[in-house]
Amino acid sequence: MTRARKPKLAVWKFASCDGCQLSLLDCEDELLAIAGEVEIANFLEASRAVVKGPYDLSLVEGSITTPHDAKRIQQVRRASKTLVTIGACATAGGIQALRNFKDVQEFVSVVYAQPKYIDSLAKSTPIADHVFVDFELRGCPISKQQLLEVLSAFLYGRKPNTPASSVCLECKRRGTTCVMVAQGTACLGPVTQAGCGALCPAYNRGCYGCFGPMETPNTVSLAAWWQTELDASDLDLLRALRTFNAYAGPFRKESEAHDRKQ
Amino acid sequence: MTVSNKRSKTRTIKVEALARVEGEGAMYIKLKGDKVSDVKLKIYEPPRFFEAFLQGRAYTEPPDITARICGICPVAYQMSSCHAIEDAFGVRVEGPLRELRRLLYCAEWIESHALHIYLLHAPDFLGYESAIHMAADYPEIVQRGLELKKTGNELMTLLGGREIHPINVRVGGFYRVPRVSEFKDIREKLKQAREAALATVKWVSGFNFADFEQDYEFVALAHPEEYPLNEGRLVSNKGLDIAVREYEEHFSEEHEPHSTALHSRLAARGPYFVGPLARYSLNFDRLSPLAQEAAREAGLAKVCRNPFKSIIVRSVETLYACDEALRIIADYEMPEKPFVELKPRAATGYGCTEAPRGILYHRYSFDETGTILSAKIVPPTSQNQKVIEQDLYGFVAQSLKLSDQDLQWQCEQAIRNYDPCISCATHFLKLHVERD
Repeated sequence: MTRARKPKLAVWKFASCDGCQLSLLDCEDELLAIAGEVEIANFLEASRAVVKGPYDLSLVEGSITTPHDAKRIQQVRRASKTLVTIGACATAGGIQALRNFKDVQEFVSVVYAQPKYIDSLAKSTPIADHVFVDFELRGCPISKQQLLEVLSAFLYGRKPNTPASSVCLECKRRGTTCVMVAQGTACLGPVTQAGCGALCPAYNRGCYGCFGPMETPNTVSLAAWWQTELDASDLDLLRALRTFNAYAGPFRKESEAHDRKQ
Repeated sequence: MTVSNKRSKTRTIKVEALARVEGEGAMYIKLKGDKVSDVKLKIYEPPRFFEAFLQGRAYTEPPDITARICGICPVAYQMSSCHAIEDAFGVRVEGPLRELRRLLYCAEWIESHALHIYLLHAPDFLGYESAIHMAADYPEIVQRGLELKKTGNELMTLLGGREIHPINVRVGGFYRVPRVSEFKDIREKLKQAREAALATVKWVSGFNFADFEQDYEFVALAHPEEYPLNEGRLVSNKGLDIAVREYEEHFSEEHEPHSTALHSRLAARGPYFVGPLARYSLNFDRLSPLAQEAAREAGLAKVCRNPFKSIIVRSVETLYACDEALRIIADYEMPEKPFVELKPRAATGYGCTEAPRGILYHRYSFDETGTILSAKIVPPTSQNQKVIEQDLYGFVAQSLKLSDQDLQWQCEQAIRNYDPCISCATHFLKLHVERD
């Protein structure tokens, strides 16, 4: 395909661990090919060279946690034709959204000796709470294959193919015996979105929800199953639902129900 | 950007963004005539409060939760947390499980070091903005680096399930351990990786290095038989020799206005240096013969005090990690159980392991049910902040003749010598040089 000019790619970081943008550098076999198809115009982790916007595609990692970042995301949106969020922090607020259930000032004083130097918002919020997002890629971390799918879908102007079904379907495809039914291992697979390839059950552990809630998950039914069949307590459920996607609607609501019962 | 004001004889150099580091920070340098009057490594990474939300969590959770502090060295967080928790509950993980942990750590070292050597640091020495720019002139070399990195990631995926935030680590060991036969393919790839690492040591040893040495206090783990990864005593070249549990008696953290990362110092002597240069200079004799020989041929002495040469040391460590991984795989026998059982008790545990960037300290206190009462985590980059600032003081003072553009680039390079991971401690490093 010939183009008048290469599309400009930018990668932005907000509050996060860096892992999702590292996924791009982890595409060892594809990285140089990607650099041939797009102009890597602003990707600080990889390059000193920064080309001015506007950018055709912005990948945004991380959540909004400071007043400064709440302003910066508006600038990023204005400079971007298409904005795709990558990972649980950018799509759900990340693990740092655990503060949303507590008083943030209490958190500041646990970690920092001089809390007055810390400028932090009360909540850690996903990018879509602040600006229009064209597409959200899930995962903590994202899957490399899904990232490549999003990049090529963008290049060819089509919708990315990333299923919103549950991890259970991936287990069936992989031929993994259900760890919950066969071994009584607590698993979030039935309510968690696919994308990781059902890794955990293949390693003999229950899914712990890295890709966040699937489309229309029945969390009430799963929680009841955990409690009646697996003897899980409300605290067990609270902890399981409150990790990297704690602030995503269905996980948040279900965890709040168990928080009240404790 | 360079601004010169001839009337007041000031020069201001601003770099809006220092790149090729992991995280967001800024650099500020002020010059008065021929004297450097102030240097600050500013860290803007938004705070994420891990130590606070660990309170009230179960003892089984820190390996998965703390891994999320850093996507580049998740294994380090998993290892330090496991060791600290096992220490609290009086359990030791030995035999093949201990060896598998070491193997997983080797995988992270290979991946993280290859990333830094080829994609983040080498472009400075050869004058390129990025490895992608460098690939236009050195396609085979960049390809070699990517292959090396890929092998580290493949080993990580085999043992951990995936390369970022591995899912297979649990307190007491693993969820699932590999069969001997599963190592067949990776073994061949590691042999190639070892050759690539050897070629890397030779390649980087031919770079030009700034003439810059400092009398650092190096701090690293030391173990009687092994090059340190998971275990050892904390030692230094200036007399420190303590058990991990004594860490907080000797080291303190300060909170400075210009940084969201706490600054660490040795209570007795001040700033200290952690990471590859410190490990190497304190543990040369425990490197494998192949790694020692490669270091000698690269012209390194047993102690290296030039931080710009950290790229050679990182390459030697990559070679060692390939060599050590191959040794572990050759000796591997599948353990009967993938993990050791733990019984929680009210106690405090301490763990410290060698992350690719240096020592990573964890401490947890538990109640009798194994619920976390308090947690403390000290990442390597916050320990190196002071010494990075000191290097810039010294380096700028001896480099005043450089043009603003060269000075700026070399100051960035001096920061990248440390492979700072600001996500562990941020991505937006601004370099600001003021000259009066």
